[in-house]
Amino acid sequence: MTRFGDFGGQYIPETLMNAVIELENAYEKYKNDPEFIRELTDLYRNYAGRPSRLYYAENMTKNLNGAKVYLKREDLNHTGSHKINNVLGQALLAKKMGKTRLIAETGAGQHGVATATAAAFFKMDCEIFMGEEDMRRQALNVYRMRLLGSKVTPVTTGTATLKDAVSQALREWTNECATTHYLIGSVMGPHPFPTIVRDFQKIIGEETKRQLKEAENKLPYAVFACVGGGSNAMGMFYDFIGNESVKLYGAEAAGRGVNTAEHAATLTKGSEGIFHGMKSYFLQDEDGQIAPVYSISAGLDYPGIGPEHAYLHKTKRGIYLPVTDGEAVDAFEYLAKQEGIICAIESAHAVALALKEVPKMPKDEAVVICLSGRGDKDVAEIEIYNEKRGGK
Amino acid sequence: MADQVKIAVQAGTALQAEMPVQAETALQAEMPVQAGTALQVEMPVQAENRIDLKFKNLKELGKKAFIAFITAGDPSLAKTEEFALVLEESGVDILELGIPFSDPVAEGPVIQAASERALNAGTKIDSVFETVKKIRAKSEMPILFMMYANCIYVYGKERFFANCAKTGVDGVIVPDLPLEEQWEIKDLAQSNGVHNILLAAPTSDERIEKIASQANGFLYCVSSSGVTGTRSSFSTDFEKFSSEIKKHCAVPAAVGFGVSSPEQARELGKYFDGVIIGSAFVKIIEKYADNSARYLKEFAEGIRKVL
Repeated sequence: MTRFGDFGGQYIPETLMNAVIELENAYEKYKNDPEFIRELTDLYRNYAGRPSRLYYAENMTKNLNGAKVYLKREDLNHTGSHKINNVLGQALLAKKMGKTRLIAETGAGQHGVATATAAAFFKMDCEIFMGEEDMRRQALNVYRMRLLGSKVTPVTTGTATLKDAVSQALREWTNECATTHYLIGSVMGPHPFPTIVRDFQKIIGEETKRQLKEAENKLPYAVFACVGGGSNAMGMFYDFIGNESVKLYGAEAAGRGVNTAEHAATLTKGSEGIFHGMKSYFLQDEDGQIAPVYSISAGLDYPGIGPEHAYLHKTKRGIYLPVTDGEAVDAFEYLAKQEGIICAIESAHAVALALKEVPKMPKDEAVVICLSGRGDKDVAEIEIYNEKRGGK
Repeated sequence: MADQVKIAVQAGTALQAEMPVQAETALQAEMPVQAGTALQVEMPVQAENRIDLKFKNLKELGKKAFIAFITAGDPSLAKTEEFALVLEESGVDILELGIPFSDPVAEGPVIQAASERALNAGTKIDSVFETVKKIRAKSEMPILFMMYANCIYVYGKERFFANCAKTGVDGVIVPDLPLEEQWEIKDLAQSNGVHNILLAAPTSDERIEKIASQANGFLYCVSSSGVTGTRSSFSTDFEKFSSEIKKHCAVPAAVGFGVSSPEQARELGKYFDGVIIGSAFVKIIEKYADNSARYLKEFAEGIRKVL
């Protein structure tokens, strides 16, 4: 199964085909291997700090006066986001495959930091590709990656953001696939990446299901997650896809508004296409040229989306709605003041969508928002944003 | 037979051949024919593809095919037309036109930059088809498009291949459609008389047999792993690579990626039926822009001499 309905596939140069076949074979070999599972479970528990907490947000619940609000605290993981789940899985797999070097793209820097961390832990070489513009926006994370011993290579082509970092990482993998594993950071790219990344992230939804059953003895009425490539969302959604009563909400980055040219709302405004190894939805023009995108959040600033989300969108199983910069910043501040939690600006998009929807939801129900990452990295940018929008 | 087929290529119609059918053909017996009407059957018959004709021709002459790549619209489409004709005059056998893409993941920095220049100059897929038409008015050289899957997919696959047939594009190379995804275009290419050129790499190993046996037009052999761009040396065992290919491939094999000098062209030409040169031409255009023609000519003539 290389596809989710029409979406997914392996749209990559022939020079990479044997690399993805090798990866798929290795994954098939190890994914049910008791020793691999034992090692990964141990890493999750003792290194990453899993299971992450499911926290009842009482202040928020009272304030919104709708369904009960729970927060899935992926921000409390080691390295500060959900990215570590996927990174530990793939790095362990790469190690088993005999690879000696990891490369990765990063937008906000969360995935880069997580990959640099795993490389340090597993004693592997590591090079992170990051758009020059994102390196400026996320200077703290650039320093963290270097501190962890990784090389951070600025990408200056195109829009100098996440999509260009992905392209550059793919090119580098084409050059060095014998020794190097491309540790892709989201549920995107050619098969088998969307499946592998989802499998390493689905622990988010599985834990949530178990934890909410303990707390409320029921399934959530809805779950909320932000969507760029879509890995935390896919991780949260996957175990609930079969539970049809559970509404799956994805928050896309609407930047300065979906009616401007400056957004990254792929499912709201995009069309079907083929890019970065997959068939999915993309923001693009009538010749298939990929559009420059924008979001205050470097982690959601991507013109495409993972193919499984494209499928959930097309089959209407998932509900994907846009959230603007302004709404996300408001939600970022709201959560800080209501609950004393500073979340990542990416995660704040999910919070913002929940702020709109939860008051409409029944009081005897419970919803879960995935707090995919912590917000220390964003504080400086948001201060600048607020100065520009005028005294808040 | 092919040269007896009168080809009527009209704007707005698919490539079609009118075949005069003679009274004594067997066909007649099966069809009710009215007295006094001339029996004429219109059926789509494909003229032999220009790529096939060219390779056949070169084989008779004992020469290797010289395939040149430039990016369409770099620095402008008017110049692309001029460069195409200059390259033909200078001994280039087949022209590979790159359709610029915003995010060309299989390209090195030289062709990436050319793509960006072409897009900044306002190059559109439709305007490239117009340019092909203009080249076709003056030349029968085989023309290939090198382009990314998304451009064909979003432009509309049916419309795209119909326009290839209409304007005289003989083949497409889509680097992000490996064998597994060729189904996207295979049938449409074929029914429009366009070759979908497959790529094989030294890293393809056991895939070579599968790819080579399905190749049409010619097989594009990637010289070494990595993206496009000039290389000072190759680590590939070409003897082994080319013999593996020739075992399974019914069509000619041409080698590309990184070939940039007459010495390299001569060396690689020993193992393959043709040599593809891209980044070296694009570098000339990067340097001389509108005034590239005579430098392209000089370089192409140097390569032609050794092939």
